[in-house]
Amino acid sequence: MKTILLRGGHVVDPANNIDAINDVLILNGVIKAVGQNIDVTADIDVRDCTGLIVAPGLIDIHVHLREPGQEYKEDLASGLGAAAAGGFTAVACMPNTAPVIDSAPIVRDLVTRAKDVHKARLWVIAALSKGMKNTELTEMADLKAAGAVAVSDDAYQVQDPLFLRRAMEYAAMVNLPVLLHCENTTLSEGGVMNEGLVSTELGLKGLPREAYELDVARAGLLAMLTGAKTHILHVSTRGEAELVRHFKQKGAPLTAETGPHYWCVTDEAVQGYNTHAKMNPPLRTSDDCAAMAAAVADGTMDAIATDHAPHADYEKTQEFALAPFGIVGLETSLALGITYLIKTGKVSWTRFIDAMSTQPAKIIGVAGGTLTPGAAADVTVIAPDVTWVVDAASFVSKGRNTPFDGVELRGRAVMTIVGGEVVHG
Amino acid sequence: MSTKPLAGCDLLGLKGLDRETLGHYLTTAAEFEKIIKRDIKKVPTLKGKSVITLFYENSTRTRTSFEAAGKYMSADVINISGSTSSTTKGESLRDTFLTLQALTADCIIMRTPFSGAPEQAAAWVDVPVINAGDGMHEHPTQGLLDAYTIQKVKGPLDGLKVAIVGDVAHSRVARSNVWGLSTLGADVHLVGPNTLMPRDISQLPVTVHNTLESGLAGADVVMVLRLQLERMSKALFPTAREYHMTFGINEATLRYAKPDAIVMHPGPMNRGLEIGGDLPDGHQSVICQQVTSGVAVRMAALYLLLGADGIEG
Ligand SMILES: [Zn+2]
Ligand SMILES: [Zn+2]
Repeated sequence: MKTILLRGGHVVDPANNIDAINDVLILNGVIKAVGQNIDVTADIDVRDCTGLIVAPGLIDIHVHLREPGQEYKEDLASGLGAAAAGGFTAVACMPNTAPVIDSAPIVRDLVTRAKDVHKARLWVIAALSKGMKNTELTEMADLKAAGAVAVSDDAYQVQDPLFLRRAMEYAAMVNLPVLLHCENTTLSEGGVMNEGLVSTELGLKGLPREAYELDVARAGLLAMLTGAKTHILHVSTRGEAELVRHFKQKGAPLTAETGPHYWCVTDEAVQGYNTHAKMNPPLRTSDDCAAMAAAVADGTMDAIATDHAPHADYEKTQEFALAPFGIVGLETSLALGITYLIKTGKVSWTRFIDAMSTQPAKIIGVAGGTLTPGAAADVTVIAPDVTWVVDAASFVSKGRNTPFDGVELRGRAVMTIVGGEVVHG
Repeated sequence: MSTKPLAGCDLLGLKGLDRETLGHYLTTAAEFEKIIKRDIKKVPTLKGKSVITLFYENSTRTRTSFEAAGKYMSADVINISGSTSSTTKGESLRDTFLTLQALTADCIIMRTPFSGAPEQAAAWVDVPVINAGDGMHEHPTQGLLDAYTIQKVKGPLDGLKVAIVGDVAHSRVARSNVWGLSTLGADVHLVGPNTLMPRDISQLPVTVHNTLESGLAGADVVMVLRLQLERMSKALFPTAREYHMTFGINEATLRYAKPDAIVMHPGPMNRGLEIGGDLPDGHQSVICQQVTSGVAVRMAALYLLLGADGIEG
């Protein structure tokens, strides 16, 4: 393994309060040193990082990689490759696969095979209930021993409050974070987009914000009751952000994430029945976008996660109500943050990298998210000013389902290093 | 307007159509109404053209109206229904449309329970697509025939007060009428229970009411929407009895409107529910005229979209 020196980059390492020009020395797959004017010997691979951001490797804790069972949508190679191309050194995959990731052998198999891909690292989220059917708990202790880092039923959110209480109590005992897709599905039944003026005009059934806010409140209360490390997935409304803030102030063991599309696109994008603007939670309003940006800035949203959800073209080429929910996000996430949060002055680089790397690692309790000497050398090098146009056809991901195709963005990962190996750039 | 401004266009909804375009449909429809009131109604206008109706919902009324419109203009009309089409075998809507286009259809008329499907389909094919009702979205030829009927009976729509009563939430007829009538200058009021009003509806160019007394006050036109009884099971209203008591249009409630107000209904009606038992047969009802207007408007739509050379062919 080569020794790498990232020379003269703007190092942003929130965990160590570093936000300055520095060199980063990588030796034997770990961070050896961060500092000024590190000496160079002949056999070092020196990369000039002048004008670039050098950050701890980005981590996306909410992606759907479709393995096992739906490899036509995405597989480990394409998904982890897309992650590396987008600047991510690690991702955590959701268990809504076929079969569901609800037993230790499936977790072990994924963990083992992901290593052979040699792209981003894979962390596995196991199902909270068997088959995500919300009736029996999964063997959480065994799943954890096999390598699972969290439990979630994601879109198959538990509706029965007693079952959810038991699940959270049990997860707290085995110390696995519980990741919740907060949606009261009785209140949101049949909805396919944000409920509001646009859904009324388009004649599409709405997903009312209140269905999500109600369930965030329930999650906050049960987090207080059970003490489970509770993480709110894909916050999309101002009201949800306010509830998260409220329960954090009360001391609930609560964290939250929002996704890039929730701060820069509104439900107007659905006009024309654009199925690439269909996801759940749905795109909301410009007021919600502003609230999401503010909630990232003030840390109410601990993390940024994409909910990367690849689908085949023919699946999205259907009547709007029939097309599946979800968009891909791994290859646009970083640029959507730089373009709409950093370049607009809403969020600092330190907070942004904190939300893209440091906090995600903490939420799922894994190594990473820092350039502390001795840590595994997971590093993302970012060209912050480069302008590029999204071309879905050239994605590494198998999914082309993005509302951002053809959009001009700023900033891009130019190098992704995982364990000292350059996996992109 | 140039000679064939709408040739090759689709008719997907009335939202976004300007006053001039709407007026063009209505004046053309007037020409066709003259033709269908002749002894011999058939004209060769669309001879040699093939028109396909693709219906994924049963609607004898609308399909027959389109079929008659096509046949009176000598087009070959082919009817495909959801149950006989390949969609039940799992063919995608896009593949269905590409197939119909390859069969050299000159126009595809589509009825679907899925809002937006005609708009999506129109992007997949080059032939004109006419939306014959999509989910809860729009039913543009209904909107046009309603505007045509009102104009015929009441004169220009400017300043006329139109009250649309009932299940606005689920109604494509209501939406098309809101856009069409407001663009043509009418003052549009919506009346119904909160449970049947979609969110943020008051941000459209309408005034929303919860009582017939306020909604119908001074109305020149009372348009009654069909109410589906299945809605009761979703707690959208308690009973048919209470619905008729609070929002049913009958002799008594019609008195809130102007004495010469006309009553409209897109059909099929539930007599005794949303509309009083005898009202459709009364002198204020223009419900039968609506049906005739429907044929004329659909002839106008086919004529304009297919870019035929002259009304008489
Ligand atoms: Zn979800
Ligand atoms: Zn998800």
